Amino acid sequence: MISAAEALKDFQKITPKTIPLVEPFSKGHRACQGCGEVLALRMVAKAVGMDMIAVSATGCMEIISSSYQTAWETPWIHVAFENAAAVASGVEAGRKALIRKGRIKDVGAKIVAFAGDGATADIGLQALSGALERGHDFTYICLDNEAYMNTGIQRSSSTPYGAMTTTSPPGPLSKGQMTWKKNMPMIAAAHNVPYVATASPAWHVDLMNKVKKAVTIPGPAYIHIYSPCPTGWRCGPETSIEAARLAVQTKVFPLFEVIDGQFILSRDIKKPKPVEEYLKGQKRFSHLKPEDIAYIQKRVDGDYERLLKLVQVTTPEA
Amino acid sequence: MGRRVGLEVSLACAEAVGLCNADVVAAYPITPQTHIVEHLSEMVADGHLDAEFVPVESEHSAMSCCVGSSAAGARTFTSTSSQGLALMHEILFIAASLRLPIVMATANRSLSGPISIWNDHSDIMAERDIGWIQTFAENGQEVVDLTMHAFKVAEDKRVCLPVAVNLDGFILTHVIEPIEMPDQEEVDAYLPPFEPSQSLDPANPISMGIVGMPEIYTEAKKANMVALEESYAVIKEHWDGLAKQFGRSYKPIESYRTDDAEVLFVTMGSLGETVMTAVDQMRDDGIKVGQVRIRLWRPFPVDDFMQAIAGAKTLIVIDRALCPGIPAGPVATELRGMMYAKGAKQYVANFVCGLGGRDVTRSQFVEMVQEAQKAAANGEEMTCRMVGVKE
Repeated sequence: MISAAEALKDFQKITPKTIPLVEPFSKGHRACQGCGEVLALRMVAKAVGMDMIAVSATGCMEIISSSYQTAWETPWIHVAFENAAAVASGVEAGRKALIRKGRIKDVGAKIVAFAGDGATADIGLQALSGALERGHDFTYICLDNEAYMNTGIQRSSSTPYGAMTTTSPPGPLSKGQMTWKKNMPMIAAAHNVPYVATASPAWHVDLMNKVKKAVTIPGPAYIHIYSPCPTGWRCGPETSIEAARLAVQTKVFPLFEVIDGQFILSRDIKKPKPVEEYLKGQKRFSHLKPEDIAYIQKRVDGDYERLLKLVQVTTPEA
Repeated sequence: MGRRVGLEVSLACAEAVGLCNADVVAAYPITPQTHIVEHLSEMVADGHLDAEFVPVESEHSAMSCCVGSSAAGARTFTSTSSQGLALMHEILFIAASLRLPIVMATANRSLSGPISIWNDHSDIMAERDIGWIQTFAENGQEVVDLTMHAFKVAEDKRVCLPVAVNLDGFILTHVIEPIEMPDQEEVDAYLPPFEPSQSLDPANPISMGIVGMPEIYTEAKKANMVALEESYAVIKEHWDGLAKQFGRSYKPIESYRTDDAEVLFVTMGSLGETVMTAVDQMRDDGIKVGQVRIRLWRPFPVDDFMQAIAGAKTLIVIDRALCPGIPAGPVATELRGMMYAKGAKQYVANFVCGLGGRDVTRSQFVEMVQEAQKAAANGEEMTCRMVGVKE
């Protein structure tokens, strides 16, 4: 298999003027107002194009797109909660065999699995790990809204420290979520897959280019997309993109790529905003005390420092 | 013509899958299924079978991968046992509801706990309602024939349902038997390439696995049930086709020495052959005993069964699994229910035996007849007895 860098040699970047006009994920879905996840999903679909074969895990995006009528203009399959990666690997293996045997034409179909943070970091982690390790040619998109929103805002291992959810309620003995967010992009990168990236709907051109790279590179790719959920985060539907932007500007959710094991920052946050600015816009953090915010600031800074070191070690010229 | 060879049944099963030209095999190893998938991976590695072998990280992913591959239009096979089948449980229902013609060899093994790798039917009996066609093999030849038949039925456009072929772990999987292995030309004549009526194809996009809102869920389930019921005629048709092609005939319910029999054993799987020898022995002693074997477990051939037992007074239903909390094993529970609905009058004695690999001898079957006849004559309540329990 050729390396990711080789596959990207003639990569044609999407620019604001060349954003694809196709809408593989059409209107007519039932997402909440201001849903950052469905917006990200639409951007992903546009970047992949009409050759997409989509595999959805159970979750918000599956429910809102397939009740009564389908919002998917390309082939789509949903099977269960924890197995999107395994189903995608089956679709890939099936098509590979049929193409080799001359039974179907190779139309360059792009197999893309979509799953939320619970379906990725919790219940589907094993299936994802298996599919990444086996090297199937597919792209896995984690649309991370930081809790089980579809079932009513329960905490997942991707819920950030201090966040209030219905199963991590703050109280005299609790600060809300008591654990630090699981670092899925790093877990994916540890599988030595050719391409891993983080993306945000607040940087939509960057997001679409990452998706385009992921489906261009042969082998497994993983993209972790920060997906604001106004319903679950207790913020105004009009503030979704603002929250997504602040998460990057405060270093809470840094944007980077890992290409053939080389870490590359998409945006170096030289003048970061304090995390408090990000936290104060969302009522899920409203119970936090100054010392909690200070703790979060310290850990966010530490995580970012580690990321910078990884960039320096793996991509010294950057 | 095929050739008669001595072959371990697991290898014969894998060879049959190869003759059927499977496109994708996704499997996770579990005793006693391992020889089947080992041999398949070997066949792929050696270039004898042009297929993708996907060595998944669990049985849950094995069945999920099969769903994806079958939905992509590929002929898809997997095999499992026991805990593996239980781990697939969630996805088995979905494979049937998506109407995907996956074929699975189930090397029947007991369920934990305590952990036991040996044979009984507790794994498949926990999966009775998954909506799959389910058949039981008694010997290696049947494993080969039922595997070819499984693809033929599953992919028939009137059916489009997954099929599980059950073979007893170790007792069949690890035994070398004389088996007539068909030629490739013969199999090709019986089983043409899989032409899915719909698949995940960018040229013709469809959505599979949409939400079943309350307004459509019942209808979706009904459609699934009707499809399974209606598969009965196709299953028989393709057994007839198999008989024409290969000269071996199969029926949903097989009868052995049932003419004038007063007592009938009801068996499934490999234990049936031991029972046959017991029947022969008792017949020699002048006891009017016979046997019916359930080959087709789902959809259950009710009328064939009622016809097969019509002349008998007493049934001895052999169960290889338990229904804790219910006073009978799964097979007897179901048969009693169906017989009651049909107004049948037979006395149904139920014996649970051969759990977790415990041997059941011919003499034990003879004792069951004596016991059942006595209970029937005394008008005793129809209960269930576990055979050979050390107390």
